[in-house]
Amino acid sequence: MDQKLMTINLGPQHPATHGVLRVVLDIDGETVVGCRPEVGYLHTGIEKTAEAKLYYKAIPLTDRMDYLAPMSNNLGYCLAVEKLLGVEIPPKAQWARVLLAEATRINSHLVWLGTHALDIGALSMVLYAFREREDILKIYEAVSGQRMMSTYFRIGGLAEDLPEDFGSLVQTMVTNVRRRLQEYEDILTNNRIWRNRTIGVGRLTKEEAIKSGVTGPLLRASGVKHDLRKARPYSSYEKFEFEVPTSDRCDCFGRYEVRMEEMRQSLRIIEQALAGMPDGRFRARAPGVVLPTKEETLYSMEALIYHFKLTTEGFSPPPGEVYVTIESPKGEIGFYMVSDGSPMPYRMRVRPPSFVNIAALPKLVVGRLLADVIACIGSIDIVLGEVDR
Amino acid sequence: MDITTRDKVVARFGEKLLETSTAFDELTFLIDKGDLLAVVRFLRDDPALKYLHLSDITATDWLDRPKRFEVVYHLYSFDLRDYVRVKVRVGEEEPIDSLCSEWDGANWLEREVYDLFGVKFTGHPDLRRILTWEGFEGHPLRKDYPLTYEVPQFTYNKDEPPEVIK
Repeated sequence: MDQKLMTINLGPQHPATHGVLRVVLDIDGETVVGCRPEVGYLHTGIEKTAEAKLYYKAIPLTDRMDYLAPMSNNLGYCLAVEKLLGVEIPPKAQWARVLLAEATRINSHLVWLGTHALDIGALSMVLYAFREREDILKIYEAVSGQRMMSTYFRIGGLAEDLPEDFGSLVQTMVTNVRRRLQEYEDILTNNRIWRNRTIGVGRLTKEEAIKSGVTGPLLRASGVKHDLRKARPYSSYEKFEFEVPTSDRCDCFGRYEVRMEEMRQSLRIIEQALAGMPDGRFRARAPGVVLPTKEETLYSMEALIYHFKLTTEGFSPPPGEVYVTIESPKGEIGFYMVSDGSPMPYRMRVRPPSFVNIAALPKLVVGRLLADVIACIGSIDIVLGEVDR
Repeated sequence: MDITTRDKVVARFGEKLLETSTAFDELTFLIDKGDLLAVVRFLRDDPALKYLHLSDITATDWLDRPKRFEVVYHLYSFDLRDYVRVKVRVGEEEPIDSLCSEWDGANWLEREVYDLFGVKFTGHPDLRRILTWEGFEGHPLRKDYPLTYEVPQFTYNKDEPPEVIK
């Protein structure tokens, strides 16, 4: 039988490519027979840039990779440098980090939910999801003064202490998001169009998922119960009670179920963190490697000297290498830091979850219809800033 | 955790390991490039280890060493809940075995190392640049690749080289 293949470009500027992703598709009628994702349009050289900066100056760069989860990126980077330095973080800073990292997870998942549903045709979801996201951006603004590129975490703790209205803002967010999550599910879960567009679409079996190296909700929706918050707890996650949701569906609907439940679990963690937030310092007392607080510089000459020396000369971790991974909203983000004993990282490598996850796209879409490609890209939840770095 | 992995790999490969170290609670094996496939297969397939997840492939450029590149592999075991690092040193024009036959996820990670460092992988099915474009000159993450200010290109300055930062 004659087969007429057509090669088309999906993107790079297609709204459903979630940034600047080009997918070269070979199609037979409407059936996809070949798929080659092409990335790199947003390559900003973050790893190279970080090698020419003092350690603490690379924190704002990490915000800009996954701009929907800046706090998670800050956390991974700070943990890696803190491991190199051997600095111990005060409990208050650890708990605040957990709380904010979980708020970030909800933030990222809400944008995913809104845009994924938008791609599939549920237009109102994006308005609803961005409405709830506003509550989280208010928290970002209260703690850091920024709504998006927060740069709130510091090596050794936090940039500033938590503001006075922090508790009420978080409580409002938790109440709103919990109530609205139920509304979202009422709209989508039993919606016939939603189910037809997602169930059985973009299948990735457990074996394929492990072989491809995918992580995060994509891996858990393929039936692998792996979450670094449980497997290798960091920043005192071992003190919080929560479940790791999984699904055996291995399809787009499974990923939807996993992410919705993850948001509920994040709310649980946030409530625990808020209720038990310890008192005390928000930054480690480690002169020479951790900046003193602003208040200390006002009455202590030594603190002022350390502040000056740290901001001009930086600090020099001992030579060595560390690889620290955390469970970001998209999956496993890893920071491989190599120190040669100088005040700048000899090598900073970011293992980006979106980059590895999007590489598995051909497995999801080959044999499916063209319209399913849109659903599959959405279900992976990529941020191209992180894919390209 | 590390002890099991360390002991088993040392018992299996013995003298072939160039260096075994644990620093910052992280276990590292430095191996010869000819042993790469054998070592990672052992780490993945041994029933007591099961490092099934290829977390990352990257490289470091040590410009003044005779073999300037260190290709770094991070593997994770879901059972042991731990990472292991495998490192291989290669020279500038020295190819290294691809892991694409073992893990599908190695494909893009190796392409990235090739693009940004210029390390070639033997047996890779599609070794092309990934983050920069075809025709891009040089490999940006090499230490001798200059970091420059981005200069807007106009007709009057299009032939001027960009200003180097360091």
